[in-house]
Amino acid sequence: MDVRSVVEVEPNPNIEDFRPGDTVKVSFKVVEGERQRIQVFQGIVIRKRGSGVSATFTVRQIFHGVGVERIFPYNSPFLEKVQVVARGHVRRAKLYYLRGLSRKKTRLKLKSSQ
Amino acid sequence: MVNGILGKKIGMTQIFTEDGTVVPVTAIEAGPCTVIQIKTKEKEGYNAVQLGFGEAKRLNEPEKGHLKKLGAFKHLREFKMNDVSEVELGQKVTVEIFEPGERINVVGTSKGRGFAGVVKRHGFAGGPKTHGQKDRHRAPGSVGGGTYPGKTWKGQRMAGHMGNARVTVKKLEVVQANVDRNLLLIKGAVPGHRNGLILIEKARK
Repeated sequence: MDVRSVVEVEPNPNIEDFRPGDTVKVSFKVVEGERQRIQVFQGIVIRKRGSGVSATFTVRQIFHGVGVERIFPYNSPFLEKVQVVARGHVRRAKLYYLRGLSRKKTRLKLKSSQ
Repeated sequence: MVNGILGKKIGMTQIFTEDGTVVPVTAIEAGPCTVIQIKTKEKEGYNAVQLGFGEAKRLNEPEKGHLKKLGAFKHLREFKMNDVSEVELGQKVTVEIFEPGERINVVGTSKGRGFAGVVKRHGFAGGPKTHGQKDRHRAPGSVGGGTYPGKTWKGQRMAGHMGNARVTVKKLEVVQANVDRNLLLIKGAVPGHRNGLILIEKARK
């Protein structure tokens, strides 16, 4: 028996297929005391890692001149929706080099439609 | 009711709880075990239940005699119990005996590290990396005084064999007990390598 078969993962139908370099809009449930609301985080996917239940992805955004990165677990019950806003054309899987670039330089070439 | 079960470590993974927190869990394929022998205070001097687990490829004649017609088991282990009057020979033990949230003690054989140095084995700091040091980076340092005591004290921590020993971790939490798949999810790590034999017992309060 393999660990990977222990926890079954049901793919969330509200998560669009995305790749590193894409600009995505992530809707994440936030609990504030009694209330629950949905927080939207928009940015560039700079990393996807892990497999099965433990997979996560990192989204980077520049907010008021400060770089903000959030790591989202792929299979979190709080992950409501992921929409792709723009497809980026990149040549590597981990876009850590974007951290050293200014906002203007992080604009990625759009993927030409097939 | 028997208070323990035998299992095989599958590995670690994680699960999400309803409130969105991630719980690291170790998956164990536990049971079904069969009661092979019931030891009583009158006969053996203590109360215990012997459980069989896993399929044996080959058995010698004494083993066959001991197991009678209960099946061919690879592993036999005992669990001490206060009262064995309700246990029957040949009874099946499954993960049913555990409930989520329950505390358990887990016994396994730790991963063998071979002959390990003092830095790995006892967490010594080793020597300085710079300032003219040579070949002292992972050395143990002094092992005792001079004229007094004139010897190295017994119990001085030194390099030696590490791991491959029986280890008990107490009061671990059961996260899930799946009877259909004979699967037990335990919060946190459990001693031993994958496919290693694991003893799971209810924690004594």
